[in-house]
Amino acid sequence: MTEAIVAEGLTKRFGDVVALDGLSLSVKEGTVLGVLGPNGAGKTTTVRVLATLLRPDSGRAVVNGVDVLANPMAVRRQIGLSGQYAAVDEDLTAQENLEMIGRLYHLGWSAARKRAVELLERFDLADVAGRYVKGFSGGMRRRVDLACALVAKPSVLFLDEPTTGLDPRARVGLWEVITELVAQGSTLLLTTQYLEEADQLADRIAVIDHGKVIAEGTPDKLKYDLGGDRLELTVASASDVAPAREAIARIANGDVTVDEEIHQLIVPVTNGPEALPAAIRLLDDANVTVIGTNVRRPSLDEVFFSLTAKTPETAAEPELAKEPVA
Amino acid sequence: MSIAYAISDSLALTHRNLVKNLRNLTIIVWGAFVPILTALLYAFVLGSAIEIPGVSYREYMVVGILVNSVLTASTNTAVGIGEDMKKGLIDRFRSLPIAQPSVLIGRTTSDVLNVVLTVALMALTGLAIGWRIRSSFLDALAGFALLLLFAYAAMWITAWIGVRSKSVEVMANSLYLFLMPLVFVSNAFVPTTGMPGWLRPIAEWNPVSAVVSACRVLFGNMPPATEGAWPMVNPIAATLLYVAVILLIFVPLATRRFKKTVGQ
Repeated sequence: MTEAIVAEGLTKRFGDVVALDGLSLSVKEGTVLGVLGPNGAGKTTTVRVLATLLRPDSGRAVVNGVDVLANPMAVRRQIGLSGQYAAVDEDLTAQENLEMIGRLYHLGWSAARKRAVELLERFDLADVAGRYVKGFSGGMRRRVDLACALVAKPSVLFLDEPTTGLDPRARVGLWEVITELVAQGSTLLLTTQYLEEADQLADRIAVIDHGKVIAEGTPDKLKYDLGGDRLELTVASASDVAPAREAIARIANGDVTVDEEIHQLIVPVTNGPEALPAAIRLLDDANVTVIGTNVRRPSLDEVFFSLTAKTPETAAEPELAKEPVA
Repeated sequence: MSIAYAISDSLALTHRNLVKNLRNLTIIVWGAFVPILTALLYAFVLGSAIEIPGVSYREYMVVGILVNSVLTASTNTAVGIGEDMKKGLIDRFRSLPIAQPSVLIGRTTSDVLNVVLTVALMALTGLAIGWRIRSSFLDALAGFALLLLFAYAAMWITAWIGVRSKSVEVMANSLYLFLMPLVFVSNAFVPTTGMPGWLRPIAEWNPVSAVVSACRVLFGNMPPATEGAWPMVNPIAATLLYVAVILLIFVPLATRRFKKTVGQ
């Protein structure tokens, strides 16, 4: 398989801020790369460089074999971009938004109209095609935006935080749409702050921080490297917490964290399904009553904690300050 | 081929802007209220104390009001570009295989069509308060054309400012701040002949004075000055020259800035 997207040693400074610090990544044709990182890590800057919107200070970017810096026009003909905030015209209807983009891709009036109808149908927006986007929910706007990116049937797609600001239901809805797209063979580079999202959609994940890729691999490999699974064990009472913590220490491969309020211990283990019965036996031997168990992969906060030695609080904070899309 | 694309891209974007403008027509109509009110205040309040030899003050100031309102309307270009930047539409356009200048061409073209509406409203107001066109039909047409041409040139200046700016609100306010002295240090509302010696040449070389004088000549309200700075004696030529110079400087400047980086 050939590489559809290649970035090599990209650097970019904005004044004193280093946005990209020698970032390199590649995406094979027909696969999905999830670029995962906190706010300010350089995700958007990377997408902007690859999508011809921003010149890097140094480095090379190639899309479908075409040099982005030398021949941006040729790249623009082959890519679709959906930016961080749904870039749709609020004073136009969904249909008009898509027709306008179609005309700008030089499809001609009637082909642009046909393509718009087709995409609205596919994105479940046919009923609201004639309504102004102004009145759309965040999820609907996102779908229109994504449809705009697909007007010219691009072989390479860039989606910058496609689900940021969406409620969980809209998020899952959008995942379905993206999964369908990928099944049709598009190459996709997707940025996200959510590990779960990258996990759902991506073949490979590149974790970036401070403008550099700090870990790269398949979601499973990455999560395994990042410390396997997490056991969540809820015990009956506050007095059970201390003995439980002591009993469980043997199978933990890292620090056990405790949520005192709900009497829950979060235990990092190498292999969750194998560790769970052992954990229950250990707690049983220690006469601790377990009222709830759960096995899960590390959360994004935990991933960043281990990869960047940031506290989970500081890694998560900027997300709260983020403007909602709607 | 690329010229054909540039034209079709510009048309598509002009169309988009016009559709948007028509849907926000109330904004344009409300936007005309301030200039109309200004016109009335000048005509009936300030005008009652101002004497201009050879012409009634109301007839004198209407052209000034017309120029003031097209200049104010030209700031919409900057605001429109700023809004599109803020909402990510400029990024979307730039990621498409379009002729890049067409975004700015589409914007200025649709804005000129808006200004036609503004001029029509203001001209009707002027006629209602005593302004008269005393020239031939063709001269009058040339007067309106010159007004629009001047507005178009001004739009490329504000387009350049719009592409550079980071905040739409700050930009809109600072544009008005810039516009006030530009319009007042001119012959728009009072003759330059009475201004202090140091101010008079500034006012007479001000492009606003040139277009105001040119329109007064073309509408038959006042002949060109017989003395004073060159633009006052040859206002039509001076206006055309100013327009050409502004376009030659600001079209490439705005376009280059737009291509280079928008926003960050």
